[in-house]
Amino acid sequence: MIQKIAGGIDRFSAYVFGVIIGFIREIGLVTIFAWQSVKLLFAKPSRYGEILKHMDFIGNQSVGIITLTSVFTGLAISFQIYLGFKLVNATDLVGPTVALGISRELGPVLTGLIVAARAGGAMAARLGTMRVNEQMDALDVMGVNTKQYLIAPRIIAAVICMPLLTALFDFMAMVGSWFLCTKLVGLDHAVFMEKIKNTVDAHHIYEGLIKSAIFGFMFSVICTYKGFNTSGGAKGVGEATNRGVVMSMVSIIIIDYFLMNIIRIVYLFLGITK
Amino acid sequence: MTPKSQGDYAVVLQDVKKTFDGKEFILKGIELKIPKGSLTAIIGFSGTGKSVMLKHMLGLLKPTSGKVIVLDTDLASMDDNTLTKFRCNFGVLFQSAALFDDMSVLENVCFPLEEHRRELSPEDVKKIALEKLKMVGLDTAHNNKLPSQISGGMQKRTGLARALALDPEILIYDEPTTGLDPILTEMVDNLIVETHKARPGTTSIMVSHDLHAAFRIADFVVMLDAGKVLLAGTPDDFYKSDLELVRRFVDKGIKHQ
Repeated sequence: MIQKIAGGIDRFSAYVFGVIIGFIREIGLVTIFAWQSVKLLFAKPSRYGEILKHMDFIGNQSVGIITLTSVFTGLAISFQIYLGFKLVNATDLVGPTVALGISRELGPVLTGLIVAARAGGAMAARLGTMRVNEQMDALDVMGVNTKQYLIAPRIIAAVICMPLLTALFDFMAMVGSWFLCTKLVGLDHAVFMEKIKNTVDAHHIYEGLIKSAIFGFMFSVICTYKGFNTSGGAKGVGEATNRGVVMSMVSIIIIDYFLMNIIRIVYLFLGITK
Repeated sequence: MTPKSQGDYAVVLQDVKKTFDGKEFILKGIELKIPKGSLTAIIGFSGTGKSVMLKHMLGLLKPTSGKVIVLDTDLASMDDNTLTKFRCNFGVLFQSAALFDDMSVLENVCFPLEEHRRELSPEDVKKIALEKLKMVGLDTAHNNKLPSQISGGMQKRTGLARALALDPEILIYDEPTTGLDPILTEMVDNLIVETHKARPGTTSIMVSHDLHAAFRIADFVVMLDAGKVLLAGTPDDFYKSDLELVRRFVDKGIKHQ
């Protein structure tokens, strides 16, 4: 009996150890891949055409979904905060609270999650398909640096587009919030605007935009890494896409917490108290 | 064809060994010299290391030990960037043609020129691409179609036109007829021969399971078995060989004919 328990503990320990080692190994491989790709960001020949093409896909084609989700996020969050603040007669603070929450956290995080699912998934699937269909081998033997041609433009495009999409998310979410507060629950327009103006500073918005650029870098590196290293036919492409998207989303949420703390520390050094 | 010095060979493999896991060797000491200007067929059972050997020739894989010398240059002496540029000496027709599915037929053929011949104007690039498409016998009516809109045979022709775009010194055909029907197979075989004849001095290397085609069209045949070269020579050398495995292969090829 004791031997059985000891064997079970051994197997469980080995499993946990294997998972941890695998996780560390994966982080190491993604980091190496990111470094190799970043080194090529500004290498010759320039890939402006490719960057613009990916900016159109990641940025332009995400405008609709970001607009739609941000307006409803603004509506929903504002209503919940309004209900809470009504209990303590502080409904004047609904606008600034929503504005701070959206610009610092919800804007970059939700934009990151949505774009990672939409564009990141497509990146992993596209690159995975190119890998299993020998298109990447074709590029290799044509003397084209596949990381410079396929990966670097996608990373640049994601890093540029994410802050723009986040700014759009912030704005449209506030439009939703304004609509709910002033048109549906009857708060005063002037008070709503004045309170936001007095509470929200430019650095609150920059904070979210910087975060979003980091999220853009993260999901593009993770998804291109997964796609680039696909093997095993159609099944492999599916797995690469799935893992790329899941890993990106989880990473965005985890890294957001650490970024939040790092930014607090930076604010302390800069003497920013708000 | 009786090459004597190293310069007479397009590809030289010296005791090339390859293992991926450090235990099992896929290539077990390949010794091979492919004559310049030849149409070489590499044959062998599945899993004998043909594709791995091909990837070594292309510099996509590095040998665990041994040397790969292509066009008198040791691939091990090159850094990644130099190797990437060096690959312009190759044109490869893949088994699946490997056309870029978001580009039209014409754009696929223009692509290598746009990448490596940046001094050319877009008009000149298009002109060269059209010449290559004409060379492989593809009707201009298909130029603006996507690869998914043309037949398998047309995709092979487009893939070959793309492989020829940079006028490479070595043309590689990776199992070009696998999965094709007999009529398409013959068409592709003829295309390989015609292309080889039309480009004197170019070395063509074909990896194939198709023994019939290998003995019919190749002037130099290499047979791999269990990660080693079993026999390399002219089709006549194969017909005369007493090696049992070679005899089985040859008999099968003759029966097919």
